[in-house]
Amino acid sequence: MTTTTPARPATAARAARPAATDRNRLMKFGHWWWALPGILLVLGIHYVATSIGGFFAFTNWSGIGSFEFIGFDNFVKIFQDPSKIGALLNTLFLAFGSVILTNVAGLLLAVALNRGLRTRLALRTLFFMPVVLSPLAVSYIWKFIFDYNGPINLVLKSVGLGDLVTSWTADPTWAIWTVLVVITWQNTGFAMVIYLAGLASVPVEIEEAAALDGAGMWKRFWNVVFPSIRPAVAIATTLGLVNGLRVFDQIMALTGGGPAGATENLATQVYKQSFALGNFGYGAALALVLTVIILFFAVLQQRVTAPRAEV
Amino acid sequence: MFRYTGFTALREVGLWVLALVFLAPFYFLISTALKSDAETLSTNALTPPSAPDFSNFVKVVTATGNSNVMLGLLNSVLITAGSMIVLVLLGSLTGYVIARSTRRWSRATYYLFLVAIVLPTQLGTVPLYIGARSLHLTGSVWGMIILYGGMLLPLSVFLYAGFFRGLGTDFEEAATIDGASRTQIFFRIVLPLMSPATGTVAILAGLIVWNDFFTSLIFLGGSANQTLPVAMYYYIGSLVSSWNQIFAIVIVSMIPILAFYLFAQKRFIQGFSGGLKG
Repeated sequence: MTTTTPARPATAARAARPAATDRNRLMKFGHWWWALPGILLVLGIHYVATSIGGFFAFTNWSGIGSFEFIGFDNFVKIFQDPSKIGALLNTLFLAFGSVILTNVAGLLLAVALNRGLRTRLALRTLFFMPVVLSPLAVSYIWKFIFDYNGPINLVLKSVGLGDLVTSWTADPTWAIWTVLVVITWQNTGFAMVIYLAGLASVPVEIEEAAALDGAGMWKRFWNVVFPSIRPAVAIATTLGLVNGLRVFDQIMALTGGGPAGATENLATQVYKQSFALGNFGYGAALALVLTVIILFFAVLQQRVTAPRAEV
Repeated sequence: MFRYTGFTALREVGLWVLALVFLAPFYFLISTALKSDAETLSTNALTPPSAPDFSNFVKVVTATGNSNVMLGLLNSVLITAGSMIVLVLLGSLTGYVIARSTRRWSRATYYLFLVAIVLPTQLGTVPLYIGARSLHLTGSVWGMIILYGGMLLPLSVFLYAGFFRGLGTDFEEAATIDGASRTQIFFRIVLPLMSPATGTVAILAGLIVWNDFFTSLIFLGGSANQTLPVAMYYYIGSLVSSWNQIFAIVIVSMIPILAFYLFAQKRFIQGFSGGLKG
């Protein structure tokens, strides 16, 4: 091998090309096995691991030692425990609440920024800025804002609304809303950018023609602009929903799940049961519930928005 | 008809007012981080510091042990860079094969990656943790690079496959006639043409890895190789409402990504909107 001249492999390869094997003809460019490492990695980390996790959901494994197969006991336990039902409801509340708020705010901002402004690029940069930051870091800033001695309460007192002052993140009613505010604040810029990209595809001529025909602002938006940004709506809501269902960092930083479990969602419960309390089987069952919910809404969302997106 | 009118000017001013309110959290962040301990207690949240005090930053930068922020910064850089390399390399190769093969298995493989994008990580986390523990990959930078590479590969493959499909095969045909090998064609011709896709993958994946807390908390928590968010979490956990210090570490954690963003904000925004449209 070491005595082979550099020219040899090249000539050998050229000679072999006309007599290409079936395997080579499988593809004209590239080799099929180039995809192999990626496929194996994704199979292992996504599918095999998730399947094993799904299996453990039906056991009482504690993470070490032996375990028993206990059928649906974990799921029965989940749906009989009010605190887990509460976590489930919080999961849905945060997901749908954040999707609605971020998309409405993002669309309004996008429409306001879309045309004519001289400083639109600077404004876009500013409104998008929170998106790139770590949700954990952002949540700490907001924890201070919601603090009892924080800016919100100071402003409330100074405008004579001192009665409303409360410790927001420690208040059983308001704590979950603080989480929602933080998610919305951070993700509005993302929805805005998706909608700006969608709005850029709206032909100006058609909008002008509609205006000349006497269509008002609302009619123009509904009949001309909205149909062309439907794909953007589909993307922004699907991603928002999938991410909203697995919110974790914000809750851990703002409330840690408290007060008294009022802000727990499925993701924080999965973490606490599996890793803090060592109930791997039970934690896996909670994770399976979360997985089923996410897949259900992702598919539903595709069904609802995809056919219209092709209009 | 869409001219700059008085109404447009009003809209512009209104949006700037809104932007200032929207970004008010950054004012609290900076003004509190620059207060001394005494001033944090004596002044209220809205007042700026009388004179900027940088001692909080010194404390943050010199913290040790579980809350070693500078070590966390280094680990975050290594893990993010390593994951980005894995994601660009494996993502482009896999996406290329999927886009260029017309066989049925390539369609099936594409769906394999597509489904994995929405599949939440929580269910697989426990088995992955057990697996990584038995392979001694928990608490290791290499383990995290493999893990993030696998977790985000579906996104990378999806983006690359979309971009490759939009690229005609003319360049490859021409290069084949000139006698270039398949490997040469890919690395010398096709991949360089994919720099918009590579930019999108690098920005999206880099941001997700850099900001990730859940996975790194589980796999690195308590180890010497903690990333920045985990170090920050432990550091803040050890402080009781010392907001000036908490905000100093929050600022330190934000500076790298904000600098990157303000420097290349157009690429960031294109990465988000262009990539997700594909």
